[in-house]
Amino acid sequence: MLYELTNNTTGQAAPERVIGAQGNTKYILEVVKLSAWYGKAKAVNDISMKIKAQAITALIGPSGCGKSTLIRCMNRMHEVSDGGKVSGQVLLDGSDIYGREVDAVTIRRRIGMVFQKPTAFPTMSIFDNVASGINLTRLWYRKGELQDLVVHSLKKAALWEEVKNKLNRSGASLSGGQQQRLCIARAIAIEPEILLMDEPCSALDPISTLKIEELMLEIKKDYTVVIVTHNMQQAARVSDCTGFLLLGELIEFAPTKELFSVPHDKRTEDYITGRFG
Amino acid sequence: MSEAGRVRRKWTNRIMLILCGCAVGLCILILALIVGYTVAKGANYLNVDFLTHTSKPVGEIGGGMRDEIYGTFILVGLASVIALPIGLMAGIYLAEFGSPAVASVVRFIADVLAGVPSIVVGVFAYAILVRPMHTYSALSAGVALAIIMIPVVARTAEEAMRLVPNSMREAALALGINRWRAVLGVVVPGALTGIITGIMLAVARIAGETAPLIFTALGSAFGVQGLLQPIGALPLQIYRYALSPYPDWQQQAWAAAFLLMILVLGINIVVRSVSRRKSM
Repeated sequence: MLYELTNNTTGQAAPERVIGAQGNTKYILEVVKLSAWYGKAKAVNDISMKIKAQAITALIGPSGCGKSTLIRCMNRMHEVSDGGKVSGQVLLDGSDIYGREVDAVTIRRRIGMVFQKPTAFPTMSIFDNVASGINLTRLWYRKGELQDLVVHSLKKAALWEEVKNKLNRSGASLSGGQQQRLCIARAIAIEPEILLMDEPCSALDPISTLKIEELMLEIKKDYTVVIVTHNMQQAARVSDCTGFLLLGELIEFAPTKELFSVPHDKRTEDYITGRFG
Repeated sequence: MSEAGRVRRKWTNRIMLILCGCAVGLCILILALIVGYTVAKGANYLNVDFLTHTSKPVGEIGGGMRDEIYGTFILVGLASVIALPIGLMAGIYLAEFGSPAVASVVRFIADVLAGVPSIVVGVFAYAILVRPMHTYSALSAGVALAIIMIPVVARTAEEAMRLVPNSMREAALALGINRWRAVLGVVVPGALTGIITGIMLAVARIAGETAPLIFTALGSAFGVQGLLQPIGALPLQIYRYALSPYPDWQQQAWAAAFLLMILVLGINIVVRSVSRRKSM
């Protein structure tokens, strides 16, 4: 399954459907023949795909289909898991993030991540949470530094109005939805090029979910967003392209409108019409 | 479920509840007896003189334990200075960095070390420090107490850090933070209350240790003279005075026991309130 792959090195199959055929599309991330394992269990099987810059790419599929693993491979977080192993390439602006000389820490600063459960650091204030990505990579810093950056990031994450009077309160004092936006603020404070979101709304109520979705549409002007979701409506609402995964394989990858209206693969059709999953 | 079964289940529940309650009551009773007895026997003799005067020779009534109180603080401080860095770093290694195989060996050794009788630790310190240096010393006592302290600190710190959810570590790593900065900046602060509780347990334990001091600190009639000289300590003096035939000394031993208890309790309360305020 090499949808959308124009990689010369493989010399395989012409792209079945080209996303953004206008010709001016910029791809920022390219996954090439990526497989991933947990110990001996293979979770991602030979996936290739291209991620469009300054767009939202959604990955959908039933639980256990490997979508979270795939996204974790994109900023080298998969290798943090027990027994996490990867083969294949992930090209960021053309160079492999799994290259021999490449430091995972540097990659994670360029490709940020927001997790399913809100992970505000409970021991830090709201302010310090946002500043943590910068502060904890420097040897010395003064408390309260980075005022502008923190304010800017909180505004971007649509959280500023709600927390501007309590920046010194603990990050854990916020509601789940607010914590998740705090995590987004924290992630964009380090100014990554790509933001990966692993089911960022599945622990949130519908109103918080709506806020995060609006936020995603807002930040895609500056960042590339890849979101994993098992909520198909969400993928349909926010994303530009959607990939459907099943049992560790990328079944179909196409512009969202197309995938949801004229799916080419029978399995995609079955899934989006609710026949399984 | 049958009616008989329901009745039986209800009674089993009730009886178990009562038994658990009794066990709790017994624990509290024993503690209350020890504390109460010590207070009753010791509180009367604890006065300003006891805190500010040095001991007097046999036959002279009065005197206090100023030097021994001072000595206890020095020994506990010395042991903490040696044991805390080693214990905390070992705990961090066990919880965060060690491969499962290596960590389990280290953990086993730490548990064995924690189980070594304290008098054996005293003899060990005597053999490696007192004999070669030809003198009993505060330093050797500090080392002996540190050896007792290290495994307690390491294991409690490890347990506390294991309680920090893995999602916190991943969140920090995903921000492009180095592993060691993530541990120091996120995991350790998250486990701080537990780590401090562990340190307090260890301090409380060594503050009352007597056996290792017999071989190392020895006790001193001339006050605190430096780290390379013999030194007095409260538990040591309690041991001496309690065994003595002089009623005045026995009374002072009770007062010292009372004081030691207050000190340990006081340190616990202060540190707990500070760490609680910080974690809020």
